[in-house]
Amino acid sequence: MKRSTFWGLFWVTLAALYLFLPLWGAFDFSLRAERDVIGFASYTRAFADDDFWRTFTFSNQMAFVSIIVSVLLIVPTAYWVQLKLPHLRPVVEFITLLPFVIPAIILVFGYIKLYSSPLELGPLTIFPALTNTDLSTNVLLIAGYVVLALPYMYRSVDNGLRAIDVRTLTEAAQSLGAGWFTIMFRIIMPNLRAALLSGALLTFAIVVGELTLATFLGRPAFGPYLQQLGQHKAYEPAALSIVSFLLTWLAMILIYFVTRGSNAQVTGAH
Amino acid sequence: MAFLELSKVRKQFSNVAAPAVQDFNLSVERGEFVSFLGPSGCGKTTTLRMIAGFEHPTVGKIVINGKEVTGVAANKRKIGMVFQSYALFPNMTVADNIGFGLRVAKRPKAEIEPRVQEMLKLIHLEDKAKRYPAQLSGGQQQRVALARALAIKPELLLLDEPLSALDAKIRVSLRNEIRAIQRQTGVTAIYVTHDQEEAMSLSDRIVVMSEGRMEQVGTPFEIYNFPQTQFVASFVGTLNRMQARVADPSAGALEVEGQPLTAARAVEANRGETIAIALRPEMIHLAKGTEGVEMNHLNGAVEETTFLGSIVRTRVRLRDSVISFDTFNNPNLALPQRGEMLSVVFPREAILLLKGPSAAQESAV
Ligand SMILES: Nc1ncnc2c1ncn2[C@@H]1O[C@H](COP(=O)(O)OP(=O)(O)OP(=O)(O)O)[C@@H](O)[C@H]1O
Ligand SMILES: [Mg+2]
Repeated sequence: MKRSTFWGLFWVTLAALYLFLPLWGAFDFSLRAERDVIGFASYTRAFADDDFWRTFTFSNQMAFVSIIVSVLLIVPTAYWVQLKLPHLRPVVEFITLLPFVIPAIILVFGYIKLYSSPLELGPLTIFPALTNTDLSTNVLLIAGYVVLALPYMYRSVDNGLRAIDVRTLTEAAQSLGAGWFTIMFRIIMPNLRAALLSGALLTFAIVVGELTLATFLGRPAFGPYLQQLGQHKAYEPAALSIVSFLLTWLAMILIYFVTRGSNAQVTGAH
Repeated sequence: MAFLELSKVRKQFSNVAAPAVQDFNLSVERGEFVSFLGPSGCGKTTTLRMIAGFEHPTVGKIVINGKEVTGVAANKRKIGMVFQSYALFPNMTVADNIGFGLRVAKRPKAEIEPRVQEMLKLIHLEDKAKRYPAQLSGGQQQRVALARALAIKPELLLLDEPLSALDAKIRVSLRNEIRAIQRQTGVTAIYVTHDQEEAMSLSDRIVVMSEGRMEQVGTPFEIYNFPQTQFVASFVGTLNRMQARVADPSAGALEVEGQPLTAARAVEANRGETIAIALRPEMIHLAKGTEGVEMNHLNGAVEETTFLGSIVRTRVRLRDSVISFDTFNNPNLALPQRGEMLSVVFPREAILLLKGPSAAQESAV
């Protein structure tokens, strides 16, 4: 065996152990919910909890809306920047990275401070306090999720846009009579399929696991539920962690196959 | 009134000092095939994009079919456009690409389908209707792009170097196909290219451009045989250009590298001045010694002989100037050897008197 191959294998094995040992530990632990029996009792119990389904459904709904909002916000923005304002790209990129710099806790306190009282301009109420009703608090929550997902969604979309000749496709469509709406929904979005899917799955992963925003806005999301469960029980959180890992991996595999498929279509038979 | 009219059009990009296009005046008749020919960066694409509506002129007016369109948006102009990079929509099949313009215009299905079939037939790709663009060759993609542009029955068809991404063989066959389709549909076409052979073989008229200006407008015959500026002479064909000193303006007497020449007409310059002239290679022959005095002679040493099959290209050096000329291949004659002294002859009409920028600027082109 060549030296370089040996060391290569060594590092790969080390990294794999680093990643998989804790996971294996958690999995093993989750199987021992009953004394002297190896089995899926903790999983059955976790799934039997109504709160699990309630919070999981809620988080999925929030994720769904967040994905729609961020796609509608980010695709036109990234498209416009690429088409008309390429010199502003560094500025936009910087803005999309801000969520990495500003912790979620700061964001949520900012929201609460700003929106827990009505915004008034003299005698005019522009909008009431958003934290008053569940629905309007959900709006805040989704706004926060969109911000947290911004770096991932923007990057996916931007990469997708770079892979197609945005400008020429736009002009081709224009010369055929298409307006902006048609260009956006019939040309640009369909050609960003793979990018949008990976952005959406990342957003989904972030939203479903998110703790801070949901806790401080007091919404019944999956993140806080998991955290509370961890304080009272031992085996169920381990089981749910394993499940969410599996979900994430499933998503990754899906991304991999969809992107591979679309590349094959673009570079296919020439 | 002409079908397409550009008057005093100028385009100045804010971040560049020199205008991309200036003083552009052109009238194109209905059904005409006009090419913009010129080197890279001379403003061909910019002019085309102003006609298409993707750029707006800084100054000037564009009129199509009697309607001023200078401020009209691109998607309201009903102009077909074919791009160098094909620009087919990757997410749509060939048939959907071709039908796109009609669907955008909300035409009924009963109209779209036959029209798409008609277009597929026109480009001989009936069997590829269900394919995606990535599953077609470059030439096929460009034919689909052409069909897509023509499907909406545009008033005007604009093509920006549509063949330059293809290899040489397909280029020639596809350009003949483009011309045939243009004749068949009767659409007025503007074709941008930097390939003079393409422009010559396709066009009713050619606009030769340089540095944002129109240098000359004319039929391929006029452009090739009677270039009016040094630039046109150098860009079109393989003219021999050289500097000549004026010996006697009214008699057309000139001197090149100390050797006397006579032009067919009087020279518009003063005695002793240096002017630019050009010689057509196909009018130059090897001297046999039997020519009359009305023929011009130049003597020099053979610098290089290139055997090109049916023709032999010979370069003869006279001090600072070089004359290149072609002779038909003749297996019974030996090729001129390097260093051999030769005399070439040509009629007075072979001398083209050029106007335009001086020699120093010229050599930079
Ligand atoms: N959007 C723009 N902003 C600034 N300058 C531009 C822009 N588009 C073109 N130019 C400049 O205008 C000039 C003409 O460009 P144009 O693209 O029309 O040339 P062209 O004749 O089509 O050349 P090519 O054969 O290389 O395509 C060039 O000097 C170019 O740099
Ligand atoms: Mg160009």
